[in-house]
Amino acid sequence: MFKVFWSVLHRDLLLAMRRRTDVLTTLFFFVIVVSLFPLGVGTEHAVLRVLGPGVVWVAALLASMLALERLFAADYEDGTLEQLLLTDQPLVLLTLAKVTAHWLLTGLPLVLIAPLVGMQYRLTDTAVAVMMVSLLLGTPVLSLIGAIGAALTLGLRGGGILLALLILPLYIPVLVYGAGAVTVGALAFGDARPYLTLLAAFLVAALALAPFASSAALRISIE
Amino acid sequence: MTLSWSRFASPATFYPLAGRLIPVFWVLAAALILLAFYWGFFETPDQLGGSNAQKGYYRIIFIHVGTAWMSMWLYGMLVLWAAVGLVFKTRLSFMMANAIAPTGAIFTFLALWTGAIWGRPSWGTYWDWDPRLTSELILFFLYVGYIALHSAIDDSRRADRAASLLAIVGLVMVPVIFWSINCPDPNQCAALHQRSGLGKVDGNILFAMLTMTLGFWMYSFATTLMRLRGIILTREAETTWVQDLLRSEGRPA
Repeated sequence: MFKVFWSVLHRDLLLAMRRRTDVLTTLFFFVIVVSLFPLGVGTEHAVLRVLGPGVVWVAALLASMLALERLFAADYEDGTLEQLLLTDQPLVLLTLAKVTAHWLLTGLPLVLIAPLVGMQYRLTDTAVAVMMVSLLLGTPVLSLIGAIGAALTLGLRGGGILLALLILPLYIPVLVYGAGAVTVGALAFGDARPYLTLLAAFLVAALALAPFASSAALRISIE
Repeated sequence: MTLSWSRFASPATFYPLAGRLIPVFWVLAAALILLAFYWGFFETPDQLGGSNAQKGYYRIIFIHVGTAWMSMWLYGMLVLWAAVGLVFKTRLSFMMANAIAPTGAIFTFLALWTGAIWGRPSWGTYWDWDPRLTSELILFFLYVGYIALHSAIDDSRRADRAASLLAIVGLVMVPVIFWSINCPDPNQCAALHQRSGLGKVDGNILFAMLTMTLGFWMYSFATTLMRLRGIILTREAETTWVQDLLRSEGRPA
């Protein structure tokens, strides 16, 4: 069973490594969006420090959502997805593997780039640390929930904008606690613990439930 | 006589039944809403509260509370029918869910709109990020998402099932969203909506409010059934019973 998981994961990562620009596009989108805000609202340190957590998290939401379109699309177009559905392996596991690959390619880079973004917003060192942990816990939830939307909008005209409409409202809890953790944890890491614990709880719940919903959605979209 | 639960699950048998029920619900809706308007305007006090009294404008709650309740209730019903459709694979359930959605969206919008009008004189602002306001806004987004997804898919079978799954996911997320915006830290924000209970409300006001809600409920039945009849006719246009029906009414098929 784990072999199936690994082989799908390995395949998706290999495919992505052959086309590295796709991964970098998401990352640069994130960096550009975050860099635009100081130009729009002014570069006063006090303002930036207040806006920073929210802006970074909203940018992370948008970046992960834009990347979702590619989660199943390529496999859907060339028929691989249909073959995956026809195998006798549990679809939940296959979906989970695809989502994991997607997170490793789009979520993890955001976590790693966070210190750089934190510098732009003059965040304190502890705030940057909290931001990295919160992104580490929160972005997988975004990928897991987003996969449901990506599966539902598979192959539709105007799928991208529709996906945004469906998924962004569901991202709210992650946004609230992710950005809240960074704001609260600006002085001491321990202050952010309740927020981070709740994010971890979201992650566990999403891991347990979301793959079932997205594999059900895949079955609906491909009949 | 045995009562068959699935008898009215067929669009062909439900269509005439809905046609008979619609006028009943319209009459009930009109009667209840008119009674509630009368009671709300003439049988309730002109002012509420002590030091900072609310004048006549408080009367918007008769509409506001009813629409807010209905918006939530109808989302629950939408999800119920969507789930029934997914489990029992009945076409009519999906059509029902589909017919409920616009009415629910309208009630959600009205709750937000009347709330804004009420909020301006009493809170001094049309909008604030109070948990209940924000949740209602997100409920509105969920309705819009359901309608948008359904109308984006041409194949009606896929549209029904995809939108139903989305509605169910939305229902799971609503409490999470509500509790996440419900002030994680009470020092940072306070809810503008005060804690309230039906027992604390003046009897006449409560009567007008509940009657209005009941009227809205009947209105929802009437409009949903009307929309449902339209959906049934569109989807079943090729079947013989619709052709027969059109012919008997003397309309070109």
